Amino acid sequence: MNPKKLGLAAALAVSVSTAAIAEEQVVNFYNWSDYISPEILENFTKETGIKVNYDVYDSNEGLEAKLMAGGSGYDVVVPTGSFLERQVQAGIYAEIDRSQLSNYDNLDSVMLEKISRHDAGNKHNVPYAWGTIGLGYNVDMLKERLGDIPVDSLDIIFKPEIAAKLKDCGITLLDSPAEVVAIALNYLGLDPNSEKKADLKKASKLLKSVRDNYRKFDSSGYISDLANGDTCVALGYNGDVLQAQGRAEEAGQGVNIGYSIPKEGTLVWFDLLAIPSDAPHKQAAHKLIDYILKGESAASISNFAYYAVANKAAEPMVLEEVLNNPGIYPSDEVKANLFPQNAHAAKFDRLLTRTWSGIKTGR
Amino acid sequence: MSTPTGSAWVDGSGSRLTKFNFIRRVNWGRLSVVSVPTLWLAIFFFIPFLVVFKISLSESAIAVPPYTSLLEWDLEESYLNLKLNLGNYLYLFEDTFYIDAYLSSIKIAGISTVFTLLIAFPIAYMIARSKPSARGLLLALVILPFWTSFLLRVYAWMGFLKKNGLINEFLLGAGIIDQPLIMLQTDFAVYIGIVYTYLPFMVLPLYSALEKMDMTLLEAAEDLGSRPATSFFLITVPMAMPGIIAGCMLVFIPAVGEFVIPSLLGGSDTLMIGRVLWDEFFLNRDWPMASAVAIVMLIVLVLPIMLIRNSQGKEEAI
Repeated sequence: MNPKKLGLAAALAVSVSTAAIAEEQVVNFYNWSDYISPEILENFTKETGIKVNYDVYDSNEGLEAKLMAGGSGYDVVVPTGSFLERQVQAGIYAEIDRSQLSNYDNLDSVMLEKISRHDAGNKHNVPYAWGTIGLGYNVDMLKERLGDIPVDSLDIIFKPEIAAKLKDCGITLLDSPAEVVAIALNYLGLDPNSEKKADLKKASKLLKSVRDNYRKFDSSGYISDLANGDTCVALGYNGDVLQAQGRAEEAGQGVNIGYSIPKEGTLVWFDLLAIPSDAPHKQAAHKLIDYILKGESAASISNFAYYAVANKAAEPMVLEEVLNNPGIYPSDEVKANLFPQNAHAAKFDRLLTRTWSGIKTGR
Repeated sequence: MSTPTGSAWVDGSGSRLTKFNFIRRVNWGRLSVVSVPTLWLAIFFFIPFLVVFKISLSESAIAVPPYTSLLEWDLEESYLNLKLNLGNYLYLFEDTFYIDAYLSSIKIAGISTVFTLLIAFPIAYMIARSKPSARGLLLALVILPFWTSFLLRVYAWMGFLKKNGLINEFLLGAGIIDQPLIMLQTDFAVYIGIVYTYLPFMVLPLYSALEKMDMTLLEAAEDLGSRPATSFFLITVPMAMPGIIAGCMLVFIPAVGEFVIPSLLGGSDTLMIGRVLWDEFFLNRDWPMASAVAIVMLIVLVLPIMLIRNSQGKEEAI
């Protein structure tokens, strides 16, 4: 151990001991925007006396940069599975102490099993919500251009002859290389998590062949574009598309938005609660997580954010319109076709980003 | 990177002007006057630069922070190992993608700077020639947009430029076009965004140069039979040159590293180095590589500008 590290360790020891005295009063919660109903946090403070400092972010990349720089000061964060996977490798998360979580048994064991692909034994995470990437579309515009066909296949964005018919009304894809390439690989019948150069080339060839028909690659603006009728097909997150649907209904301009999970299969993602290893209030963090695991809390999250929760105790309290929406809670048959996206090696990430820039800019 | 370089240059040129006026009259103030900007530059430019430079010579690692340290103590052998990784810089030249991105950024920034100058010059000229009592108000109008958030103003442009936005509605309504123009998510929108955002940075130095101009010079030229256009290019433009150069630098330098405007107004195929930097940092999680991209951008920008300033300094000495 070098002198600098010794000093750091001493400083840490001091801060840990002061933290132990000051514990139980606050918890710093860093979550995605529009992802929790405010009354959950209010009720938590009422019941436990712990003040919640609530802060939001809108990208995994932003969260990761903060956590990797160290000393973020957050107690609970909500990374997506593939990000958590790599962050666990970097050792930035504390192990979850299940003895402090009385409601852990509420969780759906089938989902826990799937999530453990990201984090062996789910030692560092507790599931928060999950969802899919699929096709958000403008029902009338598509009918006008493609006729009365079911919108359930990725053909409409990956087959040049079909995509060309939709070029004028606008196709957008998520600006997320790992996720879109995984979906493209799966569409081609290849392993979606393949790190083979040849496979990546095939996916790139597919995307380049339809690139001219895409308006843009965009991860947030498509919500309002769909709602306003500026875009007719978007490959996006289910919750975002449902949000666009809600907005379009509110606006009452006759824009009708649909969401479908493609029959070829698509990516399923999990947002996971985790505690950074340098979190100053670990006990309070466990209390907050346990509170979120309660059936009522989880149901309220699902009803508010229109995402599925992997919480069995919540199901009876989830609104019928949410629970019966196949875009939020798909059938077991559809579920079998979903695949998670694993974290990639740094070398492959570099190749992927470079290929993605090539697809976007035509270079 | 755009902000620290930008502000450093603002301060550099500003301090230089005050320094010149000041020293002639009051010699004792020299040290204190020079030390403030020097300290500022050291704290807000030079030290961050060294930190970034240091990171650019390391290797990325899955750790906190996500790069290796350059110095390693070997206590048993009492060695201090210094490990420098130049691979990041070499990689920049292996793949033409980075050079394309630099060139494309310089092109977008250059064209935007020219248009900013063309629009700002008449504005600055008008303000400098208006009644002294009106100048304060006119300058305030130039600065007024800064009172609203920059992001909000860029979003406002999205409202103007989009397919069913104000401009298209107006042109369609007036019967000038019958198909909405696609303006948003094009390079055209990026140019508009940059010119609009940076206009005050061009107007202000131009105004301060033009305001000091001696009007009798133009009268003398006219008396001697010079046409207005000739007088403009032979007298007004050279006299405004310090303002033109300062204004162009204030616009060009931050525009090269601009990230927000191209990502909001530009298309997915608008290639700028700010975006490449973002990808390196956030998608590849390669802080050393991102640092190398930033350092090279700084060198590409700073070297030619220092050469210009040097030759200017020599002219002033003559």
